[in-house]
Amino acid sequence: MSASQGGRSRFRQAVAILFQQRSSAIGTSITLIFVLAALFGPVVAPYGLNQQLTSATFQPPSLAHWFGTDQLGRDVFSRVLLGARDILAFAGVGTLLAIILGATIGLFSGYTGGVVDEIIMRAFDGLLALPAMLLALLLLASLASSDLSVIIVLVVVYTPIVARVVRSVVLSVKELAYVRAARLQGEGLGWILYRAILPATYPALAVEGALRFSYAIFLIASLGFLGIGFQPPSDNWGMMVSDARQLTSAAPWALYFPAAAIAVVVVGVNLLADGLKRIAQTPPDPRS
Amino acid sequence: MSRYLVRRLGFVVLTVFLTSIVIFSVIQVLPGDVARVILGREAGQAAVDQLRQELGLDLPAPVRYLRWIADFVRGAWGESFSLRTAVLPLVARRLSNSLLLAAVVLGLAVPLSVGLGVMAGLRQDSFLDNVVSMGSLALVGLPEFVTGLVLIQVFALQLGLFPASSSLADSSGLGGKIAQLILPSLTAALVLLGYLARLTRAQVIEESGKPYVRTAVLKGLPRRTVILRHILRNALMPTVTVVAISFGWLLSGLIVIEAVFNYPGLGSLLVFAVSRRDLPVIQAISMLAVVGYALANLSADLVYAALNPRLRLE
Repeated sequence: MSASQGGRSRFRQAVAILFQQRSSAIGTSITLIFVLAALFGPVVAPYGLNQQLTSATFQPPSLAHWFGTDQLGRDVFSRVLLGARDILAFAGVGTLLAIILGATIGLFSGYTGGVVDEIIMRAFDGLLALPAMLLALLLLASLASSDLSVIIVLVVVYTPIVARVVRSVVLSVKELAYVRAARLQGEGLGWILYRAILPATYPALAVEGALRFSYAIFLIASLGFLGIGFQPPSDNWGMMVSDARQLTSAAPWALYFPAAAIAVVVVGVNLLADGLKRIAQTPPDPRS
Repeated sequence: MSRYLVRRLGFVVLTVFLTSIVIFSVIQVLPGDVARVILGREAGQAAVDQLRQELGLDLPAPVRYLRWIADFVRGAWGESFSLRTAVLPLVARRLSNSLLLAAVVLGLAVPLSVGLGVMAGLRQDSFLDNVVSMGSLALVGLPEFVTGLVLIQVFALQLGLFPASSSLADSSGLGGKIAQLILPSLTAALVLLGYLARLTRAQVIEESGKPYVRTAVLKGLPRRTVILRHILRNALMPTVTVVAISFGWLLSGLIVIEAVFNYPGLGSLLVFAVSRRDLPVIQAISMLAVVGYALANLSADLVYAALNPRLRLE
């Protein structure tokens, strides 16, 4: 059996496990729907993000405007749909960078051990002693309000967490026979870290990645709600919610739908992460 | 026991020290010149340079760090850039409001979530268990501002039971103050509830399956005794730690919740300060948060030690 065949059947087994349980099947479906919305939103959205239909302000949800319209006559459904790309892209890029950087640091720190490991881990303790929201606000107070700043915030907040998770896996495998064999064979540090040890961290990384992704959406929406790090007009769902606060009696739907979008996608990705955790704990099917 | 305590205390001091370096470097070393922030974009370079000198910004970073931390310990927290008032009294007043809110939140959330978590864990897969498991998952996923706005919509605007804003300004006596505290603390308690109930449930299920519990049941102990004396004693230990750790989480949540309800606490002051780049206020609040977080961790260790005899003997 070749390695790629084993990989493919392992993937099929993983998908089977994901859809076996109702909760993770729901979570996976929700995540997929939002990813599709992010990809194709601009193509299918009936109206533009800031397109004002002056003849149709304060419309309640109807067939013409599924989620209603706001005080300026903007179609709430289009706005929510178009906002998906923004928030998922920010959260995705930030999480991905944090995973890459965190995995690299965790691999290196855990494998090297000693003083270097100690220094890196204590520095991360210092970062993690700050609650995520506080750290984010601190960074945004000194960085300019820009897209890059928000990405930097996600990377700084999540890299230490990812590094810790990866490091703990490294510690558990670095004295195993196959790693020692690679060392005795005279393989270079890069080969040992990335070819021998890294694959052992994939399950933990997948779970951590999904979890961080959901928290990143949460954090970005909260920052948008607070109006920090994002400049209006923005297609950030959190900012849409905060803009719609003054409309709670005239057009409450303008508040409910973006708020529901945030809640549904966060819960969905969380359920997906739960499912991934179950896969990570399931041993590979011996028949394959 | 004393060795354990000394070690934990050392760890707390080390954490506060490291985090203070993080706070200092984020604010002072990163781009963005403090003098420029104070004087504004139009000020001349000469004036900026002079202010830099007055503030000691031309000194090397380690010297500035030592000055800053010494000032913080002495209570010389400087003056707010945007409000032109001393930071210490401003922050102190807000701190007492935030502590009041946090106390109400914990008082609501901890008994409720431990009770629900234990009941769900003891009747695994029952209707109650399913409600608690799914409900807590949804609560954890909901951003605080969404929960808060829904509560405002239902209880303040529709039913008119509680005020929608909790600014504590028009203090209609103690009763009015309590009414204003209810919705913000309920919002925070609901999120904490999801988190703690899930954890307690998982712990109760794990402990119930252990051999010592089977022994206790088989030797004929009443169910009550098995649950209270054996299962809960062990199952609640992680919950104690998590309550303390969730202090940091609670702090994050309260920043947003205070902004939603216009509550005059540290969180809403922080959001205000960040939007104005009011660095002295930001620094003071961050340091307070870190010290509070460290103290919460320390007290968790103390309670843990009191519950766990193995640690006392060390």
